[in-house]
Parts: sequence; structure tokens; C-alpha cells
Amino acid sequence: MTVHSIDKKAIYAYLEEIKDPEVPVLSIIDLGIVRDVVMYEDDEVEVFITSTYNGCPAMDMIAANIRIMLSSLGFKKYKVTQILSPAWTTDWMSEEGKRKLKQYGIAAPDKRFQIAEDGVECPHCNSHHTKLISEFGSTACKALYQCHDCKEPFDYFKCH
Amino acid sequence: METTFKNQNSEVPPLEGFRQAYLLHLADTTLILSHRNSEWCGHGPVLEQDIALTNISLDLLGQARLFYQYAAELINNSKKAEGKVSPLGGDLEGADEDKLAYLRTEREYKNLLLVEQPNGDWGQTILRQYLYSQFQQLVFQQLQNHKDEQIAAIATKSLKETNYHVRWSSEWVIRLGDGTDESKQRMLYAIDELWRYTGEMFIPADYESVAQVDFNTVQQQWIAKVKTVFEEAGLPVPEKIFMQTGGKNGMHTEHIGYILSDLQYMQRAYPNSQW
Repeated sequence: MTVHSIDKKAIYAYLEEIKDPEVPVLSIIDLGIVRDVVMYEDDEVEVFITSTYNGCPAMDMIAANIRIMLSSLGFKKYKVTQILSPAWTTDWMSEEGKRKLKQYGIAAPDKRFQIAEDGVECPHCNSHHTKLISEFGSTACKALYQCHDCKEPFDYFKCH
Repeated sequence: METTFKNQNSEVPPLEGFRQAYLLHLADTTLILSHRNSEWCGHGPVLEQDIALTNISLDLLGQARLFYQYAAELINNSKKAEGKVSPLGGDLEGADEDKLAYLRTEREYKNLLLVEQPNGDWGQTILRQYLYSQFQQLVFQQLQNHKDEQIAAIATKSLKETNYHVRWSSEWVIRLGDGTDESKQRMLYAIDELWRYTGEMFIPADYESVAQVDFNTVQQQWIAKVKTVFEEAGLPVPEKIFMQTGGKNGMHTEHIGYILSDLQYMQRAYPNSQW
């Protein structure tokens, strides 16, 4: 395939293949961090992304993976630009993304729990009889929980 | 009204302008607090709290990077516009976030004195975090409406994290103040150690005229919030006491030198090294 035949829609399809390194079931499209893809004349392409949390170390890796992808597609001129506004919220995460998260064992962001507190649905047994262990989990975007019913610990992807 | 110190260091960039200086103040404050908190990594009282504090550290580092990046952009633009050499000393080809963090001296750092204070015990670290996060939350709420869209965007994004920091640290202040005799004693000691550095937050430096923040309102809101938390914790809010100032203008406590020698060691010893 030559570069010329690649359109915006095709780029999105390739972006779907790039996963969040911390949560490898989620693509960056599921996560909602791709804001726009702009094709310029002269086969130049720019991908706009936004970070979930400011300090998220995965962002550099995601940006690098996008650049590698564009380069391997044959683009000579490409750019990945981080934008801040409008700030990412969990609303940007797709329904498909939320389903995949749960399947992976991470409770998906739930609007009823804007701030992490007891009662988030357990992704293993669906019980709401759960306890917040810590507002801060294994990565910046997650909180730690334990389920009183199935006794399993789990992560909650914090609402943002 | 206290007078603010003009920066004594002649190396201080004459070009940086107020907006750049304010961005550096915000960047330095979040970076230094991040660095202090990171000193706890692997030493927290229990695993969850160790993780919590290092998470907060990471959030603050992320915020610092955004402020440094934007400050660097403005510094480079003004440098280009005026055709002047880099204000940052040495043979710097343009400012970037790393140069701003790693190659400025303590007199050029504009962070609040509060955040450079040593970790002390867990209580002192918690109180430092709470006093700052509560302030940061109120200031960033105002910065969200800043005319400079980039500043507004960084504030809006950071605030989501700061809200968690306020909640976590205030809960710990209450738990320790209202805990055992020992924990209460330690919190009283922490207040003695740290309160004197809080006054500075509300005395704007000359460059803070660009902040578009009403520091009087922030001060009233801050004291009201702190009173509520301290009351629940059974801790006294100190009466008017002497307040140490100067950090915003590069006049620091001795601690900053030790922090920077740690933070900047690699870049100073092996210039331009990367990994």
C-alpha cells in the first residue's frame, strides 16, 4: 500500500492496534486519548493525543509507538502532538473500552463514583459490597479495592 | 504589606518576564514537592500509603513538566524575538524542560519555602502536603479561567489530581490529629515546624501580577478550609505568628541546596547525559 492510499479512516484503524502499555487490552482509541488525525498536503500527518493523567509515564511510550506506526506505513513527515484542552475525562472512553476493562478485571469508571469510595461494582462477581483500600493504585489512573463477597482485590479506573 | 525581594542573582534571566517567572514558580513548586515526596518511595508506613504518596509525586512531576515545557516555549520565543542569547547560562541552545529543571541554581528556583522543608516524620510530610494541596486547589480553581489558554488548560487538568491530593492528605491530618497521644504530639510538632512557611503563599511576588488570582480571597478560603480540617482533627490553628518569606524570589532555606545537589547531580557531573 502506498502512503497516498491511506486516508484518515485507515489511520484510525491502525491506531486501534496501539494498546495502552499499562492496560494492554485497551487500545488508545478505546481509551479516548486520540483527539484528531490531520492529513496535510505532501503526505504529512499529525496525530493529536491527550494524556489521561499528567504524570502518566505511558504517554511517552504511546507517542513513540504512534510515530513508529506512521513511519512503518511509509510516512516521511509525521508528528504526534499532545494537547491539554479539553481535558481528558473518562467520558472519552468507549463503551467497548469499558467492557474490555471489566473483562480484564479492572472496574470501569462509573459516573456514580466521581471520587473513589466504597461500593464500586466488583468486576469479578458484580457485587457492590466492596471496600476502598486506597485512592491510589498501581498506576496514576487507578484506585485499589477489595470485594467483601468474593474477597478478591481489584483495581478501579478512576472517574476523571 | 511585606515587600518582596528582588532576585539578588545577576544570572537571573532578564528576559523571562513575569509570565515566564510565574510559570517557573509553579513548575519549581510542584517539582520540589514531587522530589521531596519521592524520597519516601519504599519507606512508607504501609504499602498502600507508600504507593499513594509516590502517585502524588508522579502527578506533581507531570504538572511540573507541563509548566516547564510552556515556560521553555515562552523563553525561547522571547529570546528569538529579541535576538538575545539564552538567559540560562552556558552554551544552551534553547531552553527545554530538562534544562530548566536541571541547570538552574537555588537562587533561580522560585518554589514556595513550604515544599522544600524536609520530610520529617509521616505527620510532617502529610501536613506539608495538605497545606500545599489545599492552597493549590484554590489557586488552580482560579487559574482555570486564566486568559492564557495554556495556563488555564494545565490548571484544569491538574485540578482533577489535586482534588484527590486534598482529600487524601486532609483525611490523614484528621486521622493523626484525632489519633493517639503520640500521633497528636507529632502533628502539633509538624504545625510548629511548617506553619511559618504558609504566609508566603498569599503574598504575591511582583511577577504574580500576571496570575490573575485574587490572593486575598484564596487566603480567606484557605484558612476556612484548614480550620474545618484542624477542628475535626482536634488541632489548633496557630495565631498570627512570624512568617518566613522569600522562596518565590529565590531566597530559600538551606534545604534547597541539598535537594538540588541531589536532583541535579547527574546533569552537573555528566552534562547532556541521557538515558
